[in-house]
Amino acid sequence: MIRDITCIACPLGCEIKVEDTENGYLITGYTCKKGKDYALQEITDPRRILTSTVAVEDGVLKVLPVKTDKAIPKDMLLKCMEEINKIKAKAPIYVGQVIKENILNTGANLVATRNLAKKE
Amino acid sequence: MEYDCIVIGGGPAGLAAAIEAKDNGADKVCVIERDRELGGILNQCIHNGFGLHEFNEELTGPEYAAKFIDEVYKRDIDIFLNTMVIDLTKDKEVTALGDNGLIKLKGKSVVLAMGCRERTAGAIGVKGFRPAGVYNAGMAQRLINMEGYLVGKEVVIYGSGDIGLIMARRMTLEGAKVKAVVEIMPHSSGLNRNIHQCLNDFNIPLLLSHKVTEIHGKNRVEGVTIAKVDDKFNEIDGTREYISCDTLLLSVGLIPENEISQKANVSIDLRTRGAYVDSNMQTEIPGIFSCGNVLHVHDIVDFVTRESRIAGKNAARFARGELNNSKYIDVYAGDKLIYVIPQKIALDDENGALICFRSKNIYRNPTVKIYSNDKLIKQKKYKIIVPSEMIQIHLKYDYIKDLEGNIMVDIEGEKND
Repeated sequence: MIRDITCIACPLGCEIKVEDTENGYLITGYTCKKGKDYALQEITDPRRILTSTVAVEDGVLKVLPVKTDKAIPKDMLLKCMEEINKIKAKAPIYVGQVIKENILNTGANLVATRNLAKKE
Repeated sequence: MEYDCIVIGGGPAGLAAAIEAKDNGADKVCVIERDRELGGILNQCIHNGFGLHEFNEELTGPEYAAKFIDEVYKRDIDIFLNTMVIDLTKDKEVTALGDNGLIKLKGKSVVLAMGCRERTAGAIGVKGFRPAGVYNAGMAQRLINMEGYLVGKEVVIYGSGDIGLIMARRMTLEGAKVKAVVEIMPHSSGLNRNIHQCLNDFNIPLLLSHKVTEIHGKNRVEGVTIAKVDDKFNEIDGTREYISCDTLLLSVGLIPENEISQKANVSIDLRTRGAYVDSNMQTEIPGIFSCGNVLHVHDIVDFVTRESRIAGKNAARFARGELNNSKYIDVYAGDKLIYVIPQKIALDDENGALICFRSKNIYRNPTVKIYSNDKLIKQKKYKIIVPSEMIQIHLKYDYIKDLEGNIMVDIEGEKND
């Protein structure tokens, strides 16, 4: 079986083909190592960085942008969103600050992606 | 108040230009920003994928902005927030309205970095009322990611530009049902990887060669009618389909915001809708420079940064009286390109020239060829060139210093859909 994969490692978006052969996966069409790694990951254990917002108390904005500090399994995205929607962070917050450790045992921390000052 | 360099706009373009101007000997530099904070559009682009060229890592928009904001605050650069420039003259007098009332500044040089704004429903002429629930995708992005409002629950997105694709994923993650992304062209105007990770990951259909023919609903959107179109974008009879939804997001293009530029008599290229510039990013008004999305709409912020550094550096050189190029040649876009920037190259400038362009169609395994008077001066092979991805090629001083004829940039290769 040959599977077509669009690489998401950079804006080039290379079209990569992965063929299941007797000697393992034959990967073609990638233009860099990141692309080859991504293709293998994508067919064995697809993962994504999740970015979203959490509610904030006392901040200059009502919501704080956050991300998982590493890619999490694709089928965990919506479950993590449910968890994210329960969180209420408190200003002031600094970029990189851990908002939730090891979210749903994915091994990834949820971290703030901006500074958010306290409302005067 | 007098400045060596006044930067209008505190987004990615303005921040890079201000830092570079300061580091290249402009003593007094200021940034004027109409929002309550620096960072511009990046603050609402909370997804990742920024900074691969610049930092060799994937950052979110706010993280990318924060790196430049930190650098600006480390330097002795004046920042005017909540301040909107309302006038600019060709003598580089700036009038702005802000927290301190009306202020007047005078610059030895000015960098235009005002960015762009979204095309609206009026620009695409869809039949129907204008009920609540019709949003520009970028507006919806700000409401969701910064103000904390989910703008709808059942969504159709018109236009498959990157903001539309990103918003399809974002609304889905927040619990909305995105029913379709409708695109009038036979190909998406967004990046491939965004189609993959924003639509395919969530099984959102992308309907190419389709248009929205009518918006239904009087007080709130109740649905849209879509139809297939032929290669001249005319509706094909018998293909109409009704989709119920409460929200229509429009991702139908961006327009450089050049009203301030035109007040200073900066001339505008009808193809880019930005200023005519030379390879130093100087407009046709001496001492006024332009960079970022106000010059031409970019798809990658790293490219904005690269271009804006050129503008900032040369604004500093101008302020010090050291920008004295006298030999110029014109740059033309070949038949296969939509446009090329800059429109002029200064031959006697050791920094060379950064050429940026977009193709009209998709090409596989093409070669970009740069000619001067029909003589090939540089060529570069690509695996693929698509309209949604701007190409940048740097021409070193050595390539251009002895040129006499005008430059023409074009693509050689077979068109591929």
